[in-house]
Amino acid sequence: MNSSVFRRKLPWVIAALVVLLCFPLFLDRFYVYLTAIILLTGLCATSLNFVLGYGGVFQFHHAVFYGVGAYGTALMITKSGLSPWLGFIVGPVAAAIVGLVIGVICIRLSKLYFGMLQISLGSLVWAIVYRWYSFTGGDDGIHGVPLPDIISSSNGSYYFTLIVTAVSMFILYRMIKSPFGSALQGIRDNPVRSEMIGVNAKLQQLLALSIAGFFGGVAGSLFVVVDNTVFPDMMFWTLSLELIIMCLLGGWLSYLGPMVGAAVIVLLRTYVSGITGYWALVLGVIMMAVIFFLPNGVLGYLDRFVKKKVRNK
Amino acid sequence: MLEVTSLSKSFDGFKAVNNASLSVKEGEVVAVIGPNGAGKTTLFNLITGVLKPESGKVVFKGEDITGLPPYQVCRRGISRSFQVVNVFPKLSVFENVQVSVLSRQKRTWNLFTPSAKLAIAETDRILGDVGLMEIRDGTSAALSHGERKVLEIAIALGGNPEFLILDEPTAGMSPEETTRCIDLIKQLKEKLGITILFCEHDMEIVFSISDRIMVMVRGSTIIEGTCDDVRCCQEVQDAYLGGSDACLT
Repeated sequence: MNSSVFRRKLPWVIAALVVLLCFPLFLDRFYVYLTAIILLTGLCATSLNFVLGYGGVFQFHHAVFYGVGAYGTALMITKSGLSPWLGFIVGPVAAAIVGLVIGVICIRLSKLYFGMLQISLGSLVWAIVYRWYSFTGGDDGIHGVPLPDIISSSNGSYYFTLIVTAVSMFILYRMIKSPFGSALQGIRDNPVRSEMIGVNAKLQQLLALSIAGFFGGVAGSLFVVVDNTVFPDMMFWTLSLELIIMCLLGGWLSYLGPMVGAAVIVLLRTYVSGITGYWALVLGVIMMAVIFFLPNGVLGYLDRFVKKKVRNK
Repeated sequence: MLEVTSLSKSFDGFKAVNNASLSVKEGEVVAVIGPNGAGKTTLFNLITGVLKPESGKVVFKGEDITGLPPYQVCRRGISRSFQVVNVFPKLSVFENVQVSVLSRQKRTWNLFTPSAKLAIAETDRILGDVGLMEIRDGTSAALSHGERKVLEIAIALGGNPEFLILDEPTAGMSPEETTRCIDLIKQLKEKLGITILFCEHDMEIVFSISDRIMVMVRGSTIIEGTCDDVRCCQEVQDAYLGGSDACLT
């Protein structure tokens, strides 16, 4: 059943990829940059949703892994003197390890308590990065990270981002549809029952947290490619909140929901903040409307709408 | 097969289970009965590791399983259904049972093979056995209460258990559903050879399908024996026929 659904969606996915591949041919540099930012932010939100929407874990401070991935990559490139490509492995792996460590400490708590402890531990990571001038550059961050030639141009960084995002999204999708993903969704729905059918729920969730951390880190590395900079705000808790809003806005029960949410929020931030400094106010109003009228998010609503149409026919 | 000796558990000083004992032999159907609040569900929670006992021992097939976490208990061959419906509401009926089968096959660490290709035949066989094949692809949240109770049992069967614990399997079912459910339990015993421990308020069901009965009152075992033993026991009659205050104080 699932594979036929995938096959039906496949042409759309390929069409979308082709359109995205053609973007640099007819769009301004700024729009290409913006699309790249949407893609990597969307990947970050999707990795959060892997544990939030599919795993039922209240991952309230996901931006930490985004930040750790970015800093890992940037530091590796600027300080180690080794091949810059290595930085793109070190960043995500570092994020996965931080995800595992924070996970081990927090997993004994459930739901909201998990989230609260995670915010504190995540803020600790942020504080370290923010203060450690000699290593991380403190609140200045790191600017002008030198990149390999092939991805340093505007188009090069865009294609790199697009390919890595597409591959990561595919891997995450496969994981959700795997037995691991089934068990994870079972734990989300009913942790007690999951244990009673022989699933080690905590261990399962820990692996999910590392995977989410890893792909959050991948998104962070991509930011280094697109923007050439890293700064402590990348792992400030307000960004985590934005990531959660992306999941809720787009629909946290649909796979592409967070990507849609990311697009909406990045565009809002870009355009509304040009008109008024109170762009968060606009976001707040939209968020309230979504909670009231589209409790399953934009994609969740569309999904139901389409199903209803099909049934009526 | 299962040997429970002097198990105790209290909540804030209230002794929910107090010195309860029970033994079940292979192939038997054993019922636990007792008034509401007697501690039947707590006893099941203690056996399956959902709660940790304060004292006492649970031995399954010669192995001490006291206080093991539920997933460990399950992997040793004990499955259970719950009194309050406890399914995976966002998954389809098929997926509910499939995840249980996948878990038993130890595939939950498999990250890349699509679930849609795994464990299909076995899951369908279980759904066929319990009679849920027609609503295979519906979401479990849309089922009727009776269907959900059956799904409960189907999920437990996904673990291919040797020992099945059913907590009030027919509670809230219509008479027809109840009849079908009893037939199902009989089949599980006769066809699959599963040892069953269950609790139930309907005495007719209890006497018609159980080999032996254990009676609990206020957390303690007051008698364990055959149906006839229990029927004639004075303490049981007191507990059930209103004389309980006089008897127990």
